[in-house]
Amino acid sequence: MKENNNTLVKLENTGVQVDKKWLVKGVSFEVQRGKIITLIGPNGSGKTTTAKLALGIHKNIEGKVHKFTDKIGYVPQKISIDWTLPLRVSDFMLLTENLKNNEIDTALDLTGVKHLKNNDLRNLSGGEFQRVLIARAIAKKPDLLVLDEPVQGVDFKGEIALYELIKKISEKLDCGILLISHDLHVVMSATDYVVCLNGHVCCSGTPQAVANDSKYRELFGDRASTILSVYEHDHDHTHSTDGTIETKK
Amino acid sequence: MFDDFFIRALTAGLGLAFVTGPLGCFVIWRRLSFFAGTLAHSALLGVTLAFSFDINISFSVLLVSSAIALILLRLQKTTKLPGDALLGLLAHSSLAIGLVVIGFLSYIRFDIMGLLFGDILAVNKKDLLVIWVGGAIILLILKIIWKPLLASTVNYELAEAEGMQPEKVNIIFTILMAAIIAISIKMVGILLITGMLIIPAAMARNLANNPQQMVVLSIIGGILAVLVGLFSSMQFNSASGPSIITAALFLFILSFLKINKFRQLKK
Repeated sequence: MKENNNTLVKLENTGVQVDKKWLVKGVSFEVQRGKIITLIGPNGSGKTTTAKLALGIHKNIEGKVHKFTDKIGYVPQKISIDWTLPLRVSDFMLLTENLKNNEIDTALDLTGVKHLKNNDLRNLSGGEFQRVLIARAIAKKPDLLVLDEPVQGVDFKGEIALYELIKKISEKLDCGILLISHDLHVVMSATDYVVCLNGHVCCSGTPQAVANDSKYRELFGDRASTILSVYEHDHDHTHSTDGTIETKK
Repeated sequence: MFDDFFIRALTAGLGLAFVTGPLGCFVIWRRLSFFAGTLAHSALLGVTLAFSFDINISFSVLLVSSAIALILLRLQKTTKLPGDALLGLLAHSSLAIGLVVIGFLSYIRFDIMGLLFGDILAVNKKDLLVIWVGGAIILLILKIIWKPLLASTVNYELAEAEGMQPEKVNIIFTILMAAIIAISIKMVGILLITGMLIIPAAMARNLANNPQQMVVLSIIGGILAVLVGLFSSMQFNSASGPSIITAALFLFILSFLKINKFRQLKK
């Protein structure tokens, strides 16, 4: 089964239908170790569904999903904690994995919420909760990280820092990342491969190739291409200093 | 030592409290209160079938309750009816079928009151063995599936994505629920088992701030309810099963008062 040691999950012409309506159809791509794959597309284009296909959450699917790892960290798009269950941040960190105390601290520290460790999960703000979700997913040192709109509700400054963190983690842990994001700017600057969805794979390739694709412009309008030029400028600038990606001070 | 009926009742009640404590927490967390009631109602059908075919009551109840629970899991996936409608459908139809079957078994004198409310003072040594051994097995299995079960309680898809096999642990948990009802029906009866599951756990929710703590408090609450309930039933000559539940209710109210005082002090 192992054709390529670097492939973590591979989708082959996959699709799923609910009540005879296709949520998404004919999707193929693979996530490799150390690479970031981003799914973009308008509302209802099947981004979350595709991520769930890759995770094996959907049953009765068409096509094939090959998973080559069980160490997966998942940040779902929507999650609500029932108030009937008393759960502290530290309990939540241990939900699917046995972690040492210092591992929990390190992960929470990375996303900047270590001070909330003993807080009740329900008393966190949206942005704080999102940071805890990311910390939980990375604390277990996964092979594959699936992040569905990971920075929703996070303030602008924190958003950039978190995306940088995600990039850093993919390098440090050498894990593959499947990212869903609305933020085209970020998508274009941090991604190795983009899959543009609209119920099917509309176009895919490197960020540059996708941005130049006419179907992509059709889907996102002309503004999307200006984002790319901003990105190119930004990209050149940050790389010119010492070759690593840094935030501008 | 177990020759005295009161000691036997006490031992049985305490054994029950150890198991209903943790299971009750999951009932609360997963919003399964009505589900527990449905299983308890279907137990009546199990009892009548046991009499019809002359098989062990606990075994028959376990079979029928498990079957009803699995039918429910199946229906939830295949129909568009909401969960509570399905539960109502299964609860009342299995109760009705149970009562119809009782009607046909006119040659047996049925103690319906006994079935509905149980009689903890009538447990024998064999029942004690079933409660403690069965209870220990239930707790052991619950301990093994604790992590995946808690994970799937918090978020099903997260648990599924990270390899916790929530579907499998859900089925196991459902069978554990059927099992506790099977072993306790003779003691507290159909109507009171749900109370024994929910009330101590609800009390614990008022005081706990993490899952493990809530389980421990729920067990302590159950034990106190059994002790207070049984001793007061002896004192006031009241029905023992309902006395236990009433005691549990008092503990719940106490936990409520304490929380409010706590908050006032903080302010």
